[in-house]
Amino acid sequence: MVSVRVDWRASCSLVGSVLKYLSLPLLFPLGVAVYFGEDVLTFAAVAAVTLTVGFGLERLDTDPDIGAREGFLMVAATWLAVALVGTLPYVLAGMGTASTLADPVNALFESMSGFTTTGATVMGSIGLEQHSHALLLWRQLTQWLGGMGIVVLAVAILPELSVGGAQLMDAEAPGPGIEKLTPRIAKTARVLWLVYLGFTVLEFLLLYGAHLAGLAPNMGLYNAVLHPLTTMPTGGFSPEARSIEAFSATVQWIVIPFMVAAGTNFALFWGALTDGPSRLLEDAEFRYYAGLLGVGTALAAGLLYGGVGIGLAELPVEVAPIPGELEDSLRHGAFQAVSIITTTGYASMDFNTWSGASQSVLLVALFLGGSAGSTGGAIKMVRTLVILKAVKRELFTTVHPEAVSPVRLGGRALDETAVRGIFSFTLLYLVIFLAGVAVLAVDASRAAETIPLFDIISATAATLGNVGPGFGVVGPMNNYLPFTDFSKLVMVFLMWVGRLEILPVFVLLTRAYWRS
Amino acid sequence: MRVIVVGAGQVGSSIAGSLAEEHEVVVVDIDEERVDALTYDLDVLAIQGDGASLSTLREAGIEEADMVIASTDADETNIVTCGTAKTVGDPFTIARVKRTNYLETWEQAEGALGVDFMVGTNLLTAKAATQVIGLPAARDVDTFAGGRVQMAEFEVPEGSPLCGQTVQEADRFDSLTFAAVIRPCEGEEDGEEPKDDVIIPTGATVIEAGDEVVVIGSNGSVQAMAAEVAPHAGGASDVLVVGGSDIGYQVARLLERRGLHPRLIERDAERARELAEQLPDTTVLESDATDREFLEREHISEVDAVVAALDSDEKNLLASLLAKRLGAGRAVAIVDDGAYVRLFEEVGVDVGINPREVTAEEITRFTRERYAENVALIESDRAEVIEFTVDEESVLTGQTIAEAAADLPDGVVVGAIVRGDAFVIPRGGTTVEVGDSVVVFVDTDVLEEATAAL
Repeated sequence: MVSVRVDWRASCSLVGSVLKYLSLPLLFPLGVAVYFGEDVLTFAAVAAVTLTVGFGLERLDTDPDIGAREGFLMVAATWLAVALVGTLPYVLAGMGTASTLADPVNALFESMSGFTTTGATVMGSIGLEQHSHALLLWRQLTQWLGGMGIVVLAVAILPELSVGGAQLMDAEAPGPGIEKLTPRIAKTARVLWLVYLGFTVLEFLLLYGAHLAGLAPNMGLYNAVLHPLTTMPTGGFSPEARSIEAFSATVQWIVIPFMVAAGTNFALFWGALTDGPSRLLEDAEFRYYAGLLGVGTALAAGLLYGGVGIGLAELPVEVAPIPGELEDSLRHGAFQAVSIITTTGYASMDFNTWSGASQSVLLVALFLGGSAGSTGGAIKMVRTLVILKAVKRELFTTVHPEAVSPVRLGGRALDETAVRGIFSFTLLYLVIFLAGVAVLAVDASRAAETIPLFDIISATAATLGNVGPGFGVVGPMNNYLPFTDFSKLVMVFLMWVGRLEILPVFVLLTRAYWRS
Repeated sequence: MRVIVVGAGQVGSSIAGSLAEEHEVVVVDIDEERVDALTYDLDVLAIQGDGASLSTLREAGIEEADMVIASTDADETNIVTCGTAKTVGDPFTIARVKRTNYLETWEQAEGALGVDFMVGTNLLTAKAATQVIGLPAARDVDTFAGGRVQMAEFEVPEGSPLCGQTVQEADRFDSLTFAAVIRPCEGEEDGEEPKDDVIIPTGATVIEAGDEVVVIGSNGSVQAMAAEVAPHAGGASDVLVVGGSDIGYQVARLLERRGLHPRLIERDAERARELAEQLPDTTVLESDATDREFLEREHISEVDAVVAALDSDEKNLLASLLAKRLGAGRAVAIVDDGAYVRLFEEVGVDVGINPREVTAEEITRFTRERYAENVALIESDRAEVIEFTVDEESVLTGQTIAEAAADLPDGVVVGAIVRGDAFVIPRGGTTVEVGDSVVVFVDTDVLEEATAAL
């Protein structure tokens, strides 16, 4: 009998604290439910269950002491626990209705997709005909909570996390390492959430302002509140079945810069607030990110403008950008490139109608991801940038074997261990992606589902990268229902490890973690 | 004046030696034996004690001292010594430091740390090395008037177009003055090093191979002159620095600032990594500088210049000669022991630079007459190049240079005049005005007479 060297009670106790506080955001949908008189019982019950479970777990350890190991367990377990709690409203609200979310596996998929800001959906028919205002608000809210990070939020408000907080944030925050903006980690976490909140409010004001100005007929108060909740976390859920296609060109133009902001390192915004906007351009990662957005936009828009970007010959005209129409091509090209690179997953049109040429631009974009310290998913800008630089160095050292050349990022030389870590992360990411494709493909064949391999590839990349929609059967106007329950659970796992950047979850699977 | 020199190492001793003739010098050193030796060698008062302690400084007469020169081998001791001296009096304090980051700190706020003038040995040495590289064929380069005037000493090699020309024929540059021709003496006198002749040239002086010419002028003309002396050596652009000492690092940094991409060889892996992080435009190579195969692979035969800045003179000699052997252009070696400089230059190193000499030269600047702003020593003290601002009393004021020459001793040449931002070419008919910066070449024999008149 090997003694377990991890203080799991301390970890679970903290998970309990987080759950306890999760009942607070549940009050919003509860209030909306009361206002509209729909699903009141559902949300009251969920809030009660969350509180009870939270208090119960907290009792496991009255004075939790968190080390690095407990931190990994706590972060991974928190996300699992929160996702499980998030399934409850879907199941309860769906009971006795035709909703696909009445099925627990579907509900778990939808919940995990929400909290991890993926945006892949198994909601059969999205919209207020089948679902209550409160439930759709909750669906948006899960993404908003998951965006900047539940644990970061916990660090911001739980005094007992002031010491181990940095490790916890490191385990959860996107990208390698964290930046302490202020000497106190709790204050840093608060600053990040405030910037996040500020952008969310700003987007609401602009969207609603556009509606009041008569430029966005469909963007009423309800939609104007709900969409910023999934733009800023690069989530991609929408209460509208046709996503952003349901809105005017003005709305689409407004959403693009907010997606760009969501994929930017939030620490930079803090820097821009304190030292002026030049801070953004001084950052190597931001310049690279802006460059890639530009290239992606140019490629997509160029193909659409030239008429080779559309795949289907007989198209309903209102769906597609008309070749040769500059504003139209530029808007859809930019919207789709930005949406996929930042891993938001909104659609301004059904890009399933695109040709292979323009879809391939988006396929590459599925892997890039946002900046470190943003709410984006996938591999992250900084990692691909460092890998490119490291490869360049490799070429240089073949000519000069004795040369010592550090990998530089914005003038600072990177530690070799950091470079190695970036390489191993990226390799692991790709291995998991390939394994995911294999498992899903085998499972689809076993169940005699006819899902083309390309669609499976895009589904794997879109869930692991927390993007959301893929191509074909999992395209932006479709959903993930064709997959078997087993495949959905695999993708739940993919979203979970994708959001936590693999290591916090995978380290739990190593023997060394559980023994001394 | 009364000068206290703390630290009687090579630098301290040589400063004390050069000051002893004109000033009262007190030397403080912690080493009893050295103090004893100095008492007999130099006409100075030598005191044994810790220069950073107040009681020792009081014993040396700190209250009456006009200047304190801290030149021990320990940077921190030198800084603390200056600070201590300031607590009891207000002498002019000079600290010698090796580490460049102290110098940078001090430059942020003049007079910080109680130091009035800080001499960064390593940086000075590196500057000297890069200046020599910048002007091919130059043996010594100094800048005056805020960088607008350069003084350079060239060796005229065999087969140079200048050989056999008179100065008048050679003087094809607008803003350049031939200040002196230094001719090596034939024959050795008993056991003494041969003394070279310093010739103040007239238009008819003929330049011979092996001569060294000293020119003063605008940067552009000095560079044109350099090309003239050695037409086949372009300005060095491909430079190899051997050794990642602080000096080597500073050399690479200065070259980077000039827009070059030098290469630097460092043996120690950790140090190489550190250097690579700090020098973005330098290719740092982790290897032994005496590994022939590696040198060939790196095409050392094609480099324009090699600067050897390893931690020992012997290694520098070896590295320089090996690089030259493989076909490198010029070799500049940092030579720690002043006695070796000449020897190294005789066996094939093009220029040897002694940090202590460079430091002594820099500190000597401050002990000259009050108005002298900048001093360069030629041929270890045979002559000096002085920069000063002309005031009312100067013999130059209000008359042409030709008229003033009558009132000045022989062995004085007005090399350049800077008026405001403009470079003025000094010729016989030029009139000097009050406020001009003038760069003058002076033979040491007439130095006192000349400085008094100027």
